[in-house]
Amino acid sequence: MTTTQFTRLMRSEGMRGFTLMSPTLIYALLLLAIPIGVIITFSFWTQHYLDFDTTLTLKNYAIIWEKPIYQTLLFRSLIVAGTVTLVTVVLAYPIAYFVAFRVQDHKAIWIFLITIPFWTSYLLRIFAWKLVLGYDGLINSTLINLGLIDEPLSFILYNMNAVIVTLSHAWLPFAILPIYVSLEKIDRSLLEAATDLGDKPLMRFLRVTLPLSLPGVIAATLVVFIPTVGDYVTPKLVGGKDGVMIANFIQIQFGKANNWPLGAALAITAMVCVTAVAVSVAGFIKFIGSRIR
Amino acid sequence: MKFRFLTLYAVVFMFILYLPVLLLPLFSFNDSTIVAFPIKGFTTHWYETLLKEEPMLLSLVNSLKVACATAFFSTLLGICGARAVTRYNFFAKKTITAFVMLPLVLPEIIIAISLLVVLLRMGFDLSLFSVTLGHILMTVPFSIAVLISSFEGFDKSLEEASMDLGEGPLMTFFRVTLPMVAPGIVSSLLITFTISLDEFIVAFFLSGTEPTLPIYIWGQLRFTAKLPTVVALGSCLLISSFLLLWMAEFFRRRVQKRTGIKESVL
Repeated sequence: MTTTQFTRLMRSEGMRGFTLMSPTLIYALLLLAIPIGVIITFSFWTQHYLDFDTTLTLKNYAIIWEKPIYQTLLFRSLIVAGTVTLVTVVLAYPIAYFVAFRVQDHKAIWIFLITIPFWTSYLLRIFAWKLVLGYDGLINSTLINLGLIDEPLSFILYNMNAVIVTLSHAWLPFAILPIYVSLEKIDRSLLEAATDLGDKPLMRFLRVTLPLSLPGVIAATLVVFIPTVGDYVTPKLVGGKDGVMIANFIQIQFGKANNWPLGAALAITAMVCVTAVAVSVAGFIKFIGSRIR
Repeated sequence: MKFRFLTLYAVVFMFILYLPVLLLPLFSFNDSTIVAFPIKGFTTHWYETLLKEEPMLLSLVNSLKVACATAFFSTLLGICGARAVTRYNFFAKKTITAFVMLPLVLPEIIIAISLLVVLLRMGFDLSLFSVTLGHILMTVPFSIAVLISSFEGFDKSLEEASMDLGEGPLMTFFRVTLPMVAPGIVSSLLITFTISLDEFIVAFFLSGTEPTLPIYIWGQLRFTAKLPTVVALGSCLLISSFLLLWMAEFFRRRVQKRTGIKESVL
């Protein structure tokens, strides 16, 4: 390659964009791609006291496959995350719809107020739910004062339901954003056309608005489902014994149990399961969408 | 009828959204050592004990250091990324962008353990530096998302005009591009700062012996006697993150006014 050719290549549109992107890309490669590659390798190793036996083996995966505790944990994490996703998307949709179609002025302020709790003190928001659901919490003291119960209800905190309620509340603001964006993008003249052609509001919603907003629904499903499977704080704070999830066990392997390869294998297994479920759910929603239209 | 139902739903929704969080300021002024109903009386005692809490102040300083470094570097990387995405077409643009944005949906614990393993294997000690590395990785996607909306509304002909009038590419960037998107940059700095200040999991795995504020809070949650002070601290944090985000939003809208694009959310 001659010098002129090289300068031309460097000055080309594509190369300039690539160069500009490269610091960010290199950072992500070094601190995301390589580390994930390393834990995948790790998951095939064995812990040998404080050191590692680097012979590649499937032993860790065999342990996860054979011991019922891991399957229970994985299954529970998926169920919790799935329920949380369903609850958040169903509750978020009407709000996104409300802001996109009913609010006339100051839409940005509404979105700002809705999303702000998502950014503030994750730890304390989860903790605040203990004050709501706890033995002397808001719900119990209100019910007692109203004379509806005599003894505080003890089944509302420290179990799987508490985890689901708390996580749903924490992720609601985040689920609204993608749904809102897709609703906002819908060309309003399509809705008028549907009305002119004789569709009643409900039919119009089902046949025009809903299918057009499905990309937002899919995005919301993914941004809620994938991170919640790996949540550590919520099960630890409000989950009690029955609410333990996979992340708590991963942490134990990297902490007390000191079995890093097993922890890595657990993390990889969880990721593979999550991706498989997420992809099939997204595909299913798309399929339903194509059927209604 | 339908209109009223949706409005009612929105009001109830907002109430429930804010309810748990608003309990923190309520209990922070409660004159009782147990954080539970019924409310006893008014006191500012918990805020006074908070100010004397030496470890809390130390962890606050740690958190501020991490958050400042994170905000600066992730916004720098965010500017490169957002500018490249909005201005140029390049090889494998979609794949690269998706990869860079990946931490947005990845469970935090995966980021935490993979960084932990790599850093320790490479012989690094866990410190505030390792936490910062993790936080930058996590906040870059948010910075890019904020900045894309600033760069997108940007009128390319302004830059071309500057070039025609004889400025070089570098000077054009500093004298035309940067002032136009400056509010977007401030917004990105504030948002990444807030996220880092608040982040728990990555700091939990990577902080070693230097706790950040959320790590300190996590440690205190176990002691019932400490709860009222933690609640007071929580109330302060809530108010400061609200203010930071409100400022971020203010600047983000400034850039939209400047670039003349209509109100948008993302």
